[in-house]
Amino acid sequence: MTGAALPEPSGPSGPSGLSALAADRRRAVLRQSLSVGLATGAYGISFGALSVAAGLSLWQTMALSLLLFSGGSQFALVGIVAAGGSGVAAVATSSLLGVRNGLYGLQVSRLLGVHGARRAAAAQLTIDESTAVAVGQPELPASRLGFWATGLAVFALWNLTTVVGALIGNLLGDPKRYGLDAAAAAAFCALLWPRLRNGETRAVAGAAALAALLIAPHAPAGVPVLVAALAAVVAGLRRPRTPEAGR
Amino acid sequence: MSLWVTVLLASAIAFGLKLAGHVVPHAWLDGARVARIAAMLPVALLAALVAVQTFTTAGGRFVVDARAGALAVALVALALRAPFLLVVVLAAATAAGLRALGWAV
Repeated sequence: MTGAALPEPSGPSGPSGLSALAADRRRAVLRQSLSVGLATGAYGISFGALSVAAGLSLWQTMALSLLLFSGGSQFALVGIVAAGGSGVAAVATSSLLGVRNGLYGLQVSRLLGVHGARRAAAAQLTIDESTAVAVGQPELPASRLGFWATGLAVFALWNLTTVVGALIGNLLGDPKRYGLDAAAAAAFCALLWPRLRNGETRAVAGAAALAALLIAPHAPAGVPVLVAALAAVVAGLRRPRTPEAGR
Repeated sequence: MSLWVTVLLASAIAFGLKLAGHVVPHAWLDGARVARIAAMLPVALLAALVAVQTFTTAGGRFVVDARAGALAVALVALALRAPFLLVVVLAAATAAGLRALGWAV
């Protein structure tokens, strides 16, 4: 990897096809995808156990992992049900946490350039993990491979472990005991790291992180992260005529 | 609202939100400004997510605990060019270790 500013995938019109990816890069991307899938998948056991304990049936628990498929929203939903909250509150909180997936989709769809049924599948797989692996790659074929590999790995493992957790309970105990909560944050940092060499990107990330922490005590779950995204809007509007637009 | 209605309604809205980002015509995002914003959005969202996941309690209050120690170790490892998997494993081990010692639960 060169020290120059990393070229970012240039969109559907750019070089396409996974064959353009060298074997070692391909293996590196798949290794990232699988490790993100394993770390996230381990959390599915907690989710399955919590969901059943909250009073949802096995089928309802499985439906959430298959259809809703967004960890933060799922944990929030069953948490509100467990606390005796209303269905309206559960749906509202889950949806607020899901808005960011829609914002990811804006960039992910440009990277993937797919249509029809594949686009619907890509939408369902658009979550924090698949997006982070996709945007963390310096070249377009790696972004595409990373998105699909991570999305499918998380989907498969998350749904499998959900069933396990729902049927036999939280056999691993609290995932925090193994530091799995910290593993997710570290993985996101590692994936974004190459892009943080760019000063402007670093400023956007720093401003977003700071804004989210300032807002967090005063806003409902999901909102701080969305408000922090305004950092991207400000940065995007500031210098509209750079030659590397969209990169 | 019955549990099934809650589950299916939340799932339908979640998919609608995900799909919304994908069906925005690419032409709308081709302007230099909008393209820059779309490209910066995942970075801003993920950075904010890492901050909230690492430094806040369930109620959103600021807190420094085992997760912060793990993130610090991860950042040092990244600065030293450690490979991806090692960074993740070191972070998990740090958080688990700090908690096992009862230092920063």
